[in-house]
Amino acid sequence: MLTLFRNQKFRDAVLQAFVISAVAVLIIAMIMNTRSALEAQSLTSGFGFLERSTGWDFSFSVLPYTISDSYQRTLIIGILNTLLLGFLGISLATILGVVIGLVRTSKNYLFSFLGTLYVETFRNIPLILQGVFWYSIVSHLPRPRSATSLGDMVFLSGRGVYFPVVNISVAAVATMLALLVLWVITLFWLREKLDRSHMYHQIKRLGWCMVVLVVLLIGYFSHAAGTPVLDVPQLKGLNFRGGMRMPPELTALVIAIGLYGGAYIGEVVRAGLMSVPRGQIEAGFVSGLKSRHIFTRIRLPLAVRAVLPSLTNQYVQLMKATTIGLVVGYSDFFMIVSTSINQSGQTLELLAILMGGFLVINLSIAYVMNSINRRIAIKGYEVRN
Amino acid sequence: MRSGIKSLNTASNTSAPPDASLSHRIKRNLFDTPFDSLLTGVCGLVLAYLLYQIVDWAFLSSIWTAEQEPLCRDASGACWSVIDARHRIILFGLFPFEEHWRSTLACVVMIGTIVASCFPWFWTGKKLSVLWLCGFGTFYLLMHGGLFGLSVITPEKWGGLALTIFIFAAVSLIGMPLSILLALGRRSKLPIIARMVGLFIDFFRSLPLLTILFAAAVITPFLLPGWLQGDKLYRVIVGFAIFFACYQAENIRAGLQAIPAGQDEAGLTLGLNYRQRVSRIQLPQAFRNSLPSIVNQFVITFKETSIVTIVGFFEILASGQAAYGTGQWTQHYIEVYVFIAAIYFVFVFSLSRYGAYLEKKLRVGHD
Repeated sequence: MLTLFRNQKFRDAVLQAFVISAVAVLIIAMIMNTRSALEAQSLTSGFGFLERSTGWDFSFSVLPYTISDSYQRTLIIGILNTLLLGFLGISLATILGVVIGLVRTSKNYLFSFLGTLYVETFRNIPLILQGVFWYSIVSHLPRPRSATSLGDMVFLSGRGVYFPVVNISVAAVATMLALLVLWVITLFWLREKLDRSHMYHQIKRLGWCMVVLVVLLIGYFSHAAGTPVLDVPQLKGLNFRGGMRMPPELTALVIAIGLYGGAYIGEVVRAGLMSVPRGQIEAGFVSGLKSRHIFTRIRLPLAVRAVLPSLTNQYVQLMKATTIGLVVGYSDFFMIVSTSINQSGQTLELLAILMGGFLVINLSIAYVMNSINRRIAIKGYEVRN
Repeated sequence: MRSGIKSLNTASNTSAPPDASLSHRIKRNLFDTPFDSLLTGVCGLVLAYLLYQIVDWAFLSSIWTAEQEPLCRDASGACWSVIDARHRIILFGLFPFEEHWRSTLACVVMIGTIVASCFPWFWTGKKLSVLWLCGFGTFYLLMHGGLFGLSVITPEKWGGLALTIFIFAAVSLIGMPLSILLALGRRSKLPIIARMVGLFIDFFRSLPLLTILFAAAVITPFLLPGWLQGDKLYRVIVGFAIFFACYQAENIRAGLQAIPAGQDEAGLTLGLNYRQRVSRIQLPQAFRNSLPSIVNQFVITFKETSIVTIVGFFEILASGQAAYGTGQWTQHYIEVYVFIAAIYFVFVFSLSRYGAYLEKKLRVGHD
């Protein structure tokens, strides 16, 4: 027995077995404790409650809903709200980030200093503070009657931002999207088939013109007769009619996430641009390329490949950051789940749904970004840091 | 071709010869081409305008004292009266008024501890532990009381900046040793332990902090027997510390992986055991390797303490909202938010500058 204990492998095995059993005991104890706690509160566990109607209201929804909708539908609305917020915030952050990255790599001291000022301001203040700050600004905007208008098309008011939308049916939009997707798939197929020959480029150019034309035609003919193509919000009485309304909660959060994320993405983009080896750029000059072409054909493509992994990371972080929506009352996934927990008492099930939801969203972002990364990788070339 | 050479300089901004004179550098970087001069001019104007607006709002046309509050209606600048009147709520929350000196002193002690741990002289495991245990102990004693004739003030009454600093310090104190354990566990040679620790870390890293704090506040009462639950504040801090440790562990692991295998093997040949190799060879080098990202994690954590406001704690953001929430102050939310933002900015900016300084300093001799 003693000699067995002198054997390293045996000791390792014993140690690991001990750890496994300790963790198992811990988990079983937790489950038993939970069960008795739930019994004490006479709650039934399981996912049956998803079919029940909620009976409570929330502030914003991308889909139409009533308070008699089921928990299942309400939770789905929560996920969609989070995705909408994430999509808008991340898009704004990406645009700002690219601009800031370019500004900060400028060799003009004063110009790049403006970029630095932006980054240091928005990166060093907590996102949640920026969220409540913008929310109190946006919700203190004037009433709809005295709303600030931008060219009589977009209206900024304390009730939200009103902007015009194209007046066409959902079916028409779906047809257009389907057409576009089909065309892009055809393009990929053609590229494999024709191997980027001259003919491929001609077909590509012609095809794009056709597709855009058809999309515009569908758009023009599908809108209801007698109504204007563009549905512009108009002041009727105390409020706006027509157009689309972006509630102040969403507006504030998009601004906050956009500005905060823009500072981080700006740094990522800057690092990417700096990581392109000088030799590559000098080679471009030697080949007689114009500096515009050196940027679009050499520096940018290499920088994009260098930034994608850290960009993925930033996107996942920003997606997780959307949970602060709760603090201004935006009904995102987290808020819906926490209200559901308060109302239904199905704590553990809802928490599992919450964690599962975020896991799926984040893994999808990572999957999409990683496939792009693999798709555009240049074989045998890695950006040296 | 001349323009080509010029734009080559534009494309890479590391081309400055080291001995260029100041006037030469200014000329090359600001007024190289007519377009550059124009850009410089426009940027200068934008900066001057921004600076003027900010100075005018914050200093020139602002109202300073609480008594002058009626003047705020007509002033075009900031109304700092709200800060003058309500700064104690923002900084100390519901802490009893007569005992505010304790809260102030506690914050000063903790900030001193944080500043002291930035000096390399303290960078040994023993010194840092002693420093932090003393600093944190003093902080807790001053806040909580119960000894030396100080009256007891329970954590429900803590608030404002003091609570923010308390959460940050407690999370760091619990999270740092835990992160070292997790990092070592994930690199363990025993496959089951390495897998389990890896799973644990990845699970917590995949979730938003808010969900973990929420789970700690609301769910743990179901999972744990009553005698293990503790106060809600401590549950949230432990949840936060685990989250922090999972991120920090990955930073430390990156530092561990950068150590050449020969270092550990040399330790083995000298007959050092696992503990000696870890504490004398691996960890010192790992910390040196990943010090900038470790400091960066502290920076992020300090910012993230503001999230505890959502699970119902009266930290500086919540106390700020309470400060402008009553009576004549409701219109002055911008001043309060700017005040809080400035406090955060001072902490976060100086910590992140320190991180950047370390990164520069440690890179010497590596490239």
